[in-house]
Amino acid sequence: MSTHEENAMTTMTTMTPEAAMAEALAEEMRRDATVITFGEGVATKGYALAQEFGAQRVRNTPLAEGIIAGTAAGAAATGLRPVIDLLFAPFLTFAMEEIVNSAGKLSYISGGQFSFPMVTIARTGSGWAVGAQHNQNNEAWFVHSPGLKVVMPSNAADFKGLLKSAIRDDNPVMFFADIGLLHTPGEVPSGDHVVPIGKASVVREGVDVTLVTYGKTVHSCVAAASTLEENGISAEVIDLRSLKPLDEATVLASVRKTGRAVLVHEAAAPCGVGAELAAIIAEKAFSSLRAPVVRLTGPDAPSPASFPLEAAFAPGADAIVEAVVKQVAN
Amino acid sequence: MTTFEVSVEPRVAQSLEAMLLIRAFEEQSAALNAAGKSPSMCTSVGQEASAVGVMNALDERDQILTNHRSAGHLLARGADPRRILAEILGKSTGYCGGKSGSLHISVKELGVVLTSTIVGGELSLAPGVALSRQMLGGEGIVVVFFGDGAATEGIFHESINLAAVWNLPVLYVCENNQWQAFVHRKETMLADHISTWGASYGVKSQTVDGNDVDAVTAAAKDAVAYVRGTRKPFLLETYTYRLRGHMEPDPASYVDPAELQSWKERDPIATYEQRLLDEHAITPAELDAMKSRVRARIEDAAQFAMESPYPSFEELTTNVYA
Ligand SMILES: Cc1ncc(C[n+]2csc(CCOP(=O)(O)OP(=O)(O)O)c2C)c(N)n1
Repeated sequence: MSTHEENAMTTMTTMTPEAAMAEALAEEMRRDATVITFGEGVATKGYALAQEFGAQRVRNTPLAEGIIAGTAAGAAATGLRPVIDLLFAPFLTFAMEEIVNSAGKLSYISGGQFSFPMVTIARTGSGWAVGAQHNQNNEAWFVHSPGLKVVMPSNAADFKGLLKSAIRDDNPVMFFADIGLLHTPGEVPSGDHVVPIGKASVVREGVDVTLVTYGKTVHSCVAAASTLEENGISAEVIDLRSLKPLDEATVLASVRKTGRAVLVHEAAAPCGVGAELAAIIAEKAFSSLRAPVVRLTGPDAPSPASFPLEAAFAPGADAIVEAVVKQVAN
Repeated sequence: MTTFEVSVEPRVAQSLEAMLLIRAFEEQSAALNAAGKSPSMCTSVGQEASAVGVMNALDERDQILTNHRSAGHLLARGADPRRILAEILGKSTGYCGGKSGSLHISVKELGVVLTSTIVGGELSLAPGVALSRQMLGGEGIVVVFFGDGAATEGIFHESINLAAVWNLPVLYVCENNQWQAFVHRKETMLADHISTWGASYGVKSQTVDGNDVDAVTAAAKDAVAYVRGTRKPFLLETYTYRLRGHMEPDPASYVDPAELQSWKERDPIATYEQRLLDEHAITPAELDAMKSRVRARIEDAAQFAMESPYPSFEELTTNVYA
């Protein structure tokens, strides 16, 4: 559970991240008539949304991810705020051109004449045993592409708050939804709950080691931190929430305090978010380090469908505990 | 100037002068490249009638997306040759502050949303621009220029199908110039005409002689009226020829000389000039005056572009985000 700034007066509602996303979208569509949404089955599955906002603003599309993303970019450049649902992250490969070359670059190329306020939703991660063509944590591809913002929340409240921020942002935002979390209910502050993009959340404070993570591995890190506490090791857990812009300040402040960093995510290691964090820590907090930085990631392999293999894909609490114990003993 | 306006039918004169301006501009760009003073660019020499004819049918409410061969479209839309050339040279006075170069020029004030050098990029954004028109109101339509090569990209088919299904006001203008960079169209498709593909998407389509500016103007006016009135897409193919190489410099030795010669004889500017002279729609003196006016504009543009400053280094990382 993340630490939210809301005070005790805020009432909480328990809902799944999936429901939180639907609520965020509906609220933003109510607030701003230029917000529209489309994708394969969006109007069918979002029946309530279609009923409330009508067939103009909630649309099913042909099965063609390239033109879905391109249409969003064209609409964004000329006055609308599209939210597109590309279903599963591997399907983004069909929309890379439009997202990377157009939405990400054209504000710059045009010398600032055009902006691209659009949100692309994609699901990923282990949890449904759907296999490698529906599950690939490819969020780092987009971190590596200029002009995009990338978020990946870990709990219902952040799903809602980050989606609302993404819709209000004047830039293209990639919204990665971890499949394994979508049906885990959590408390969401009622009302206009907005979480700023680019701000990490310190989920748990600690002094001996910093665990930096996002998505489902936030929960593994929190579980690991509890076990570690029983062993006398105090772990701080940072949920990045935004991968771009990255909240360097929060990460660096923590690492300067603890002197140790363990970077945890489900995505593979090569050129991933952990690699970027390790570089930032080495460049800016090297003198604070008491031990080498450790990365715990999914393997550099396609994700398997077989349930036990899939469950072993993302680093779990036990592996995190083991890595930290080793690091602290160092 | 006054004599010219009195004695020549305005649109005819305008079309000729616009085509002459494009040709002179492209030749100036190519010359700057040959002299080592400019990066490479793709010229539209030979395709001037297509650009001018279609633009003749549009008005200021309309929005335009185009491809890497866009200088003709921009000029026919009324863009300032000084600022296009400055952009090609990467100067701060260019339409995009020098960050585009020749290949991605957009001009918001003229409704030019995009020049895409990703072949087909213009096709991917066009339905969205039209969706904005559909949802935010107004009578404007969207015109997207693309090549026969772009028509072989999957995104063309995704784009026109979506525009058809969603009733989007897009005029698709395929400039079939017979070439796809270094590959002849005949190597990549069995059909001679892209327009025949429209029917499979339920989109009305037509091919027009892309080297006859009056014919293009007439066909484009009909097409624009259809799109504006029905709010449905239309596919107009302008059948034409790329008279220079794919990009500068390109000696284009791969081009069949007989084919090139047959199209040179149908040069859209030379044939139009001759027609207007034959029909006494223009006098030789008026033609000379028009040509010197054009030459003066292009010389001025070249001087402006050459003398303009490059962007400051701070511009390296501005506008990455809105
Ligand atoms: C996606 C993509 N593939 C390849 C290229 C390289 N390229 C640039 S222009 C061109 C030919 C395009 O042909 P066509 O669409 O007919 O336009 P034309 O150049 O004839 O005006 C190619 C292959 C590119 N710019 N973008």
